[in-house]
Amino acid sequence: MSCREIVELATGYLEGTMPAGERERFDAHLTGCPGCREYLAQMRETVRLTGQLREEDLAPAAREALVAAFRSWRERPAT
Amino acid sequence: MPDGPPGPAATTVSDDVAVLARLRAGDEAAFAELIDRYNAALLRTAQTFVHDRAVAEDVVQEAWIGLLESLDRFEGRASLKTWIFRILINCARARLRKEGRTVPFSSLFEEEESDEPAVPGRRFFPGWFPRVGGHWREPPQPWEGSPEEQALSAETRSCIERAVAGLPAVQRGVITLRDVEGLPAEEVCNLLDLSDTNQRVLLHRARSKVRRALEEHFREAGGR
Repeated sequence: MSCREIVELATGYLEGTMPAGERERFDAHLTGCPGCREYLAQMRETVRLTGQLREEDLAPAAREALVAAFRSWRERPAT
Repeated sequence: MPDGPPGPAATTVSDDVAVLARLRAGDEAAFAELIDRYNAALLRTAQTFVHDRAVAEDVVQEAWIGLLESLDRFEGRASLKTWIFRILINCARARLRKEGRTVPFSSLFEEEESDEPAVPGRRFFPGWFPRVGGHWREPPQPWEGSPEEQALSAETRSCIERAVAGLPAVQRGVITLRDVEGLPAEEVCNLLDLSDTNQRVLLHRARSKVRRALEEHFREAGGR
């Protein structure tokens, strides 16, 4: 396995969907290759940082409109 | 509404039960919390289907109303989170139908089909090179300024936001649901109507591009 192949297989590796034999060769490559170890670490870090991408604030007016919708839903006539 | 996806719920069931109980009891704060928590992710997901920002905002509004209207029917077979995204996606699909644009999602995927490598080829030795062919010529450098467990700085955050915003629509949808929202792969396949393989390919492309953006970002930050 070359480094060039490793970077394309990285997601399958992290997802745990790789067949056992391929995974062994992947791991063997990582053991001998600091560059690919760093690459994998960066992919993991990318996932971790993307997971912190929580949410810019909604414009107050839009938020208020939704909460108002909730109020009228709450006070809807019983069906 | 179609059946919810099978498999375990991503969030704890007791959280969902508590939130639902508060919503059904008319607790305004519970609804406001949901809005704060999900609105931007819903908008990002809506834009996977409808490209116009104003239309997407409209679809998200419809989804919130749809959620209230179906609150009494929610049975808890999927997680609350999956259910919210399911309503959103149904609203987005309905909007596309209304506009006469019944583009199947799979054809959107085809449009994005391109074989861009995760890392530019110039960073590897060419295949014919003796011994080191296909191996790193320019290996990735450790990221300065991204110590593990450190919270996201404003600059890093906006770097990721820009990278995600710049992705093709379906890749953006997949990475939003998988990595921002943390939904399991099988739920995302179900929600976006993708095969396992396509989901993984899209996720791979999306993550690879975000990694490249971060690499640039940390290179600049580290060079101070």
